[in-house]
Amino acid sequence: MEQLLSPQDAKLVQRLRAGDEEAFIELIRELNPSLLRVARMFVPTLALAEDVVQETWLAVLNGIDRFEGRSSLKTWIFRILTNTAKTRGERERRSVPFSTLDPEEGGFEPAVERSRFTGMGHWAVLPRAWPEDRLLANETRSMIERAIERLPPSQRTVITLRDVEGWTADEVRNALELSETNQRVLLHRARAKVRGALEQYLSEEQ
Amino acid sequence: MTIGLAHLNCRELVELVTAYLEGDLSSGERKRFDVHLSACDGCTMYVEQMRRTIELTGTLRLEDVSREAEEALLGAFRDWKAQ
Repeated sequence: MEQLLSPQDAKLVQRLRAGDEEAFIELIRELNPSLLRVARMFVPTLALAEDVVQETWLAVLNGIDRFEGRSSLKTWIFRILTNTAKTRGERERRSVPFSTLDPEEGGFEPAVERSRFTGMGHWAVLPRAWPEDRLLANETRSMIERAIERLPPSQRTVITLRDVEGWTADEVRNALELSETNQRVLLHRARAKVRGALEQYLSEEQ
Repeated sequence: MTIGLAHLNCRELVELVTAYLEGDLSSGERKRFDVHLSACDGCTMYVEQMRRTIELTGTLRLEDVSREAEEALLGAFRDWKAQ
């Protein structure tokens, strides 16, 4: 059954089943930050998200013998996480409704403010070149971090997994159970807002 | 979003940038996108800025697992193993 798994995944699963502590540590270091980020999408506090992640790891250990390799190990672990988080979110009754994963929820948000275009839809004010020295400053990276923090949870999660963690579109779709379109729309809005924040920041006088 | 067959304006183009960069446009849409870009400095700049934004976002890192969290998980792992 495990012939569908990548050789690395198959090996990791084997080591986990054998109780290899190093394998578990490797997996924690690789996935825990993303698990926490995704969990925060479903529950209102960091403490609850940490609980959900802990519960997920226990479920992973208890289920590893039954893992059949029909999906990648990562996808399987994130499925467990989203199920755990949804259950917990319902119990808390204060969860972010799952429907916020629907990007059309808040209506259409243009990537660039309407006022930047003429009635014909051409640029009224052209985007200006960014100063390279400021673009590469550490301060600019902190600014991007803050811009991502301000995004709605679903957009924040998608841009983090895609652009910070470097996941593929399919990996994100599988982990979050998103349609192809919704994954792309969430990414599109998130990136557009981060670009907008950068533009705003870089146009300010130093 | 539906776009006219021949015409793609700047306001429409910026909404297709992600699909363009993801390689999700049909060949017809892609062609119109490229034709527009080749004649529009504003949109060329916009797409370039989007690439830079993605590149810079890619240099960020999520916080590492805290020492306490790692210890707690290792404890859980040892319990599981002892079962």
